[in-house]
Amino acid sequence: MSERFFPDAMPSPMADNITLPWWQHAAEHRLVVQRCTACGATRIPPSPVCATCRSEESEWQEVTGRGEVYTFTAVHRAIAPDQPLPTVIAVISLEGSGGLRIMSNLVDVDPEKIEIGMPVEVVWEDMSEDLAVPRFRPASS
Amino acid sequence: MSRRAHIVGVGETQYARWGKITDTPEHTLAIRAILNAVDDAGLTIDDVDGMSSFAEDRNEAVFLAAELGLPTLRYANMVWLPGGGGGCAAVGNAAMAVETGQAEVVVVYRSLCQGQFFRFGNAGVDDWGAQTPTPTVTQAQNPMAASMGFAMPYGMLMAAAAYALPTRRHMHLYGTRPEHLGQLAVTFREHASRNPRAVMGHKPMNIDDYFASPMIADPHRLFDCCLESDGACAVVVTTEERARDLKAARVEILASEQGAPEGFAFGPFTNANVADEIYATGACEEMAGRLWGKAGLGPKDVDVAQIYDHFTGCVVMQLEDYGFCERGEGGPFIESGALAWDGGSLPTNTHGGSLSEAYIHGLNHVVEGVRSLRGESTSPVDNAEVCLVTSGACVPSSAVLLGRK
Repeated sequence: MSERFFPDAMPSPMADNITLPWWQHAAEHRLVVQRCTACGATRIPPSPVCATCRSEESEWQEVTGRGEVYTFTAVHRAIAPDQPLPTVIAVISLEGSGGLRIMSNLVDVDPEKIEIGMPVEVVWEDMSEDLAVPRFRPASS
Repeated sequence: MSRRAHIVGVGETQYARWGKITDTPEHTLAIRAILNAVDDAGLTIDDVDGMSSFAEDRNEAVFLAAELGLPTLRYANMVWLPGGGGGCAAVGNAAMAVETGQAEVVVVYRSLCQGQFFRFGNAGVDDWGAQTPTPTVTQAQNPMAASMGFAMPYGMLMAAAAYALPTRRHMHLYGTRPEHLGQLAVTFREHASRNPRAVMGHKPMNIDDYFASPMIADPHRLFDCCLESDGACAVVVTTEERARDLKAARVEILASEQGAPEGFAFGPFTNANVADEIYATGACEEMAGRLWGKAGLGPKDVDVAQIYDHFTGCVVMQLEDYGFCERGEGGPFIESGALAWDGGSLPTNTHGGSLSEAYIHGLNHVVEGVRSLRGESTSPVDNAEVCLVTSGACVPSSAVLLGRK
């Protein structure tokens, strides 16, 4: 198992048949975006058709896991027992994704030192054998 | 005779802190608010033939209509926009119903007992946080739940955290400061001090109190967050023709608009990919343009405003969206004292808003908009002729412009 940052009791994701493959890739520690094979536009969350060309055809494109902080908040109220506080929730601009962002947490960081634009990298947290959740920490270099 | 839609009655129940109304079901509160509003209009419940609400109201119109004894329910409508963004849209839908002849008298209502159901401020864990013995992906029953899948594993279940994200970015881009947010909260509390309905009316707050309140989700302190309330309110919409015969001063619905920008979905709560140009906004600018265009008015024509205040930062961004100041100038605009009832250039939330009167999903802002134009507000604005009322920003939203006739 990987390093743990949050307790088991954190809310687990819900998914339908369109978004489930994203979580299946995550379980293999692969951070992906959905790419339209007709026009090349990328999207997250996964959706049934490309909002640019309306094609249903798509593929999963792996990204580097590097990015930068777009915005963030340090949350001081727990929703799960033993949740570390403050919990930093951030929006991350993903390198090589065609301009996409995802929501995540920042870990291994002093909340007072977070700045918008700060470079970060993914760190996978295995919540169980079936579920891995991507968190981010300050980039190592 | 004209079928132009007018609001002819407003009413509410007592407003209370969440959990204070335990023995009266939500639908009973809805009924009391509706009867009060109908009475205020000088109508009887037998005149009502339409009902309109929003935000997945638990109190379905068909049951209320039966319980109230409506002779006929000709029109019943619920806004699809999630959450508090739909309050003004519910008024707009009532206006459409009477203007197209689908109904003659429509009541718009919202009843909310956060003590009897889940507390919004309690992160919605009861709704979304169902746990399996071992963490795993569970089935999403609809697109909203699937999109929540990209927020909830990170602990994003609380509105105070969700709308901290655009507000933080606004501070980064434009230098908006906590002092601006604090002045806004203090101003609305001062307005509430004259309002006997206001839950926080007897609790003065100054800027030191604001900075002493605990941090919830940075930059949101406790006093940046709306109240969690129990209560109900309602407004009555009918045609100009009917309104002419009624006792109350007529307030015309000059224009109403609703909607969401391209690709917006539920907004920054679950969508990290809200377009960069509108991320640090209330996402209402395009809709505001439609509203002004339809009414043939602009921000300079507004005498008093009731702006949806779930969180202070969302008010800052709406002030810019609706053109009361330039983009990024919301903070200095507040610093100028513009929002103050006494001497401000744009007296705003004269009832105290959701920050200090009550959180009835913003329908109480419509009620106050009507009172402010009738001269019945407890923080009256002399000779006010045009009032802007907005619904929740940073989500799909709606707004109405009201005019005194």
